[in-house]
Amino acid sequence: MVNHYPPWKNILLILVVLFGLLYAAPNLYGEDPAVQISHRVKLIDDGELGFIRDLLDSEGVKYRSIELGSGFILIRFDTAAEQLRAKTQISKLLDKVDKRYGVALNLAPATPEWMTRINALPMYLGLDLRGGVHFLLEVDIESAIEKSLKRSADEIRVFMRGEKIRYKAVQVESQTIKVRFSDEQIRDSAKEALEDEYRDFLFADSKDTRSWYIDITFLAEVLEKEKKAAIEQNISTLKNRVNELGVAEPVIQRQGDDRVAVQLPGVQDTVRAKEILGATATLEFRLVYGSFTDWSAAAASGKSPIGARLYRRSDGSPVLLKRSVIVTGDQIVGAASGIDSRSGTPNVSITMNAKGADRMSKITRDNIGKPMAVVFIEDKFEYREVNGKRKRFKTTETQVINVATIRDQLSKRFEISGLDSTREARDLALLLRAGALRAPMLIVEERTVGPSLGQENIDKGFKSVVIGFIAVLIFMAVYYRLFGLVADLALTLNLVLLTAVLSLLQATLTLPGIAGIVLTVGMAVDANVLIFERIREELRLGNTPQASIYAGYEKAFGTIMDANITTLIVAIILFAFGTGPIQGFAVTLSIGILTSMFTAIFGTRAVINLVYGRKSVQKLAI
Amino acid sequence: MGKKLFIDFDFMGLRKLAMGLSATLILISLISLATLKLNLGIDFTGGSVIEVGYEQAVELQPIRNMLESNGFGDAIVQHFGSASEVLIRLVPKVDQDKAELSSQIINLLSDASTGSFDVRRVDFVGPQVGQELAEDGGLAVLYALISILIYVSIRFEYRFSLGAVAALIHDVIITLGIFSLLQLDFDLSVLAAVLAVIGYSLNDTIVVFDRIRENFRKIRKKTSLEITNTSINQTFSRTLMTSLTTLLVLLSLFFLGGEVIHSFALALIIGVLVGTYSSIYVATTTALALGIKRSDLLIPEKDSEEMARP
Repeated sequence: MVNHYPPWKNILLILVVLFGLLYAAPNLYGEDPAVQISHRVKLIDDGELGFIRDLLDSEGVKYRSIELGSGFILIRFDTAAEQLRAKTQISKLLDKVDKRYGVALNLAPATPEWMTRINALPMYLGLDLRGGVHFLLEVDIESAIEKSLKRSADEIRVFMRGEKIRYKAVQVESQTIKVRFSDEQIRDSAKEALEDEYRDFLFADSKDTRSWYIDITFLAEVLEKEKKAAIEQNISTLKNRVNELGVAEPVIQRQGDDRVAVQLPGVQDTVRAKEILGATATLEFRLVYGSFTDWSAAAASGKSPIGARLYRRSDGSPVLLKRSVIVTGDQIVGAASGIDSRSGTPNVSITMNAKGADRMSKITRDNIGKPMAVVFIEDKFEYREVNGKRKRFKTTETQVINVATIRDQLSKRFEISGLDSTREARDLALLLRAGALRAPMLIVEERTVGPSLGQENIDKGFKSVVIGFIAVLIFMAVYYRLFGLVADLALTLNLVLLTAVLSLLQATLTLPGIAGIVLTVGMAVDANVLIFERIREELRLGNTPQASIYAGYEKAFGTIMDANITTLIVAIILFAFGTGPIQGFAVTLSIGILTSMFTAIFGTRAVINLVYGRKSVQKLAI
Repeated sequence: MGKKLFIDFDFMGLRKLAMGLSATLILISLISLATLKLNLGIDFTGGSVIEVGYEQAVELQPIRNMLESNGFGDAIVQHFGSASEVLIRLVPKVDQDKAELSSQIINLLSDASTGSFDVRRVDFVGPQVGQELAEDGGLAVLYALISILIYVSIRFEYRFSLGAVAALIHDVIITLGIFSLLQLDFDLSVLAAVLAVIGYSLNDTIVVFDRIRENFRKIRKKTSLEITNTSINQTFSRTLMTSLTTLLVLLSLFFLGGEVIHSFALALIIGVLVGTYSSIYVATTTALALGIKRSDLLIPEKDSEEMARP
């Protein structure tokens, strides 16, 4: 009896080996220090590349190469020192041209171009290996809904006034707009009119001892749409903010129902990143109501006149502002911080969009000589225990940062002053530029890994894999002799294939992922051990070497399948229920199981056939 | 050389002793889990962990004093890995589970005169997320056990699947028990390790079951107990080899993989040892005790005739 594979099987094996080597290879090349240039609004194209290249050349910035990525420019350097120097230079140069350029430090894979072209890229390193920050932010949907209900309440008020409907009050409470009437008939006719006018709402009646109400809530599908819009707007605002921070390859994605995951590789100043990402600060421009005596009276009684609201300035003194807003922060399209030339204090110059500019110019034209206030608004959260249960409370901090007399009709561009520090001015400008969050967000999880720990994790992870691997190789070779060496070959191929598949999938390699690889190495041996032990058994039973090889592989196959499928089930469940790190482990484990079955059964068989197959063998080295 | 390993040991003769041992271990584990509880990491409890690396070795007491005088009296401060690395753990408090907390601590440390440092790691987990991670983890274990129960029932027989699951529960309880007894940090990576232990131990059990099934069909003259014993003997060298190679890599992870992966590797080492033992004793004795016998595993008549003439 002979053991041999038909040619196609051997060819298949050779092809797989070549494929594995090719796609695992990019991981050997390491990374170049690089600077990445992107633009907040447009994708960078060839023309832009030429312009920036010329700019760098004319200013004498030294670099190794410059290339166009998908929508950004990548400039490579020989050393990290050159990279850092160039980054400062480039930032300065581009700032003069267009403030919307983002310049970020990056590590670019040094893979040869022909490999990149066939999609042979190195594995993507997770934050625990390259250093960086991971945030999980929870979007406060309720307050987004409340905000949009308040806007609708304003519209409804205007509509009813226009229709001469005599309502008592319009209020927003617990996700409902409540319109109060003193008379049932008026209420019913108002309801009819409102139902005709507004399609997005559900209208219900209610009453108490003195009044009749219409309770207005969003229709379920509208509510869903609002939620989606809130999260989407938050994500796009976050993207803008991250660009402002200058981070290469950030990941910002929705996670679950109301959460957003943000990953910022390589960010060092996590404190600032946290402040900027979670900040809900925005501005409102309002006209001032009444005079100083009105303000003191309101502060003393705690009651504001109709159409006005009591605010505090940064020194604590009261001021009344009109309820209707001139413009809000989301109508601001540009903002830059600077120093006021006259007073020498930090200021922010602001550019409005067309709608905002229009309103601003109309209202300031009609109110020249009257005071206008800039209100700074920020939402803050805290947890309090209520009846043994943790509950989240939101407090909104509002502060009037500036009251100034309108001297001229304002239009698209104007400046505000009254900020405490240059840092405050800079951050406020950044936040206004990046756009407001539709709903406030709370950081519910943070994982930061410093760059030194990242490097240490890579080094240690790599070392432990190599040493564990070599130990297994030696052990197998000593115990199973020639067959052990064949198994070693298969193990090595398994590691190559695993790396190739992970690289091809562009899976993120994390520390638990490395642990998964190590575990796979340990368990990949199992298939070979099963086969070899079977072959030994068959030999002991007095079978010929060739028959023993055949039977060994045949009989072990079912066992290997059963054992591996059950482990695969566990890996899949891990993936389905796990979060980040556990999923990384599960991915490497399951791919490892598949590649190891291939190499341990198919791969070793091919080599064993080659060594023993056609000869009449008397003795096996096992 | 290896051929001498074909042994003929009366494994099943020791099964009463093994059952006693298992029962004792499980009892100790359960008592420990009930009284000492698991030393849950912030992944599950919520809270903050800050790891900083100083340029040289630092004393912990000044850091503790400094934190205490700034209102962080309940912070746990300890060395991590070496004397120049410091780990600060903040127990979650009602008014203090904010992400800003870690920033405050880092600022306090930079103001203090304890030397210059770099921030190596900051983990913050909100209380709700912690609870979710714990629930998801528990669910993952549960679903893993149920799907294994189903798969093994289909591929083998329900008594085997109960045996396999009994062995897995045995392994999980004892691994958790050891973590509880030694008060080792139980975090997300250890949970992953426990799940990997389930996979590993199952792998081992299936190999033994596979051989028992084969022998039940092949050997006609022996009792169920004898056949089980033969099967365990036949697979024993394989069981030992696989455990040894897996342990080799795990030891390499444990000693060289760094602080972060330490408890992960330890959980797996414990799990592999317990799992190897349980696939020999717990899984098989449970199946035997449930009365597994030859006729349960025979394939329907027609098939077995075909099998007889290969």
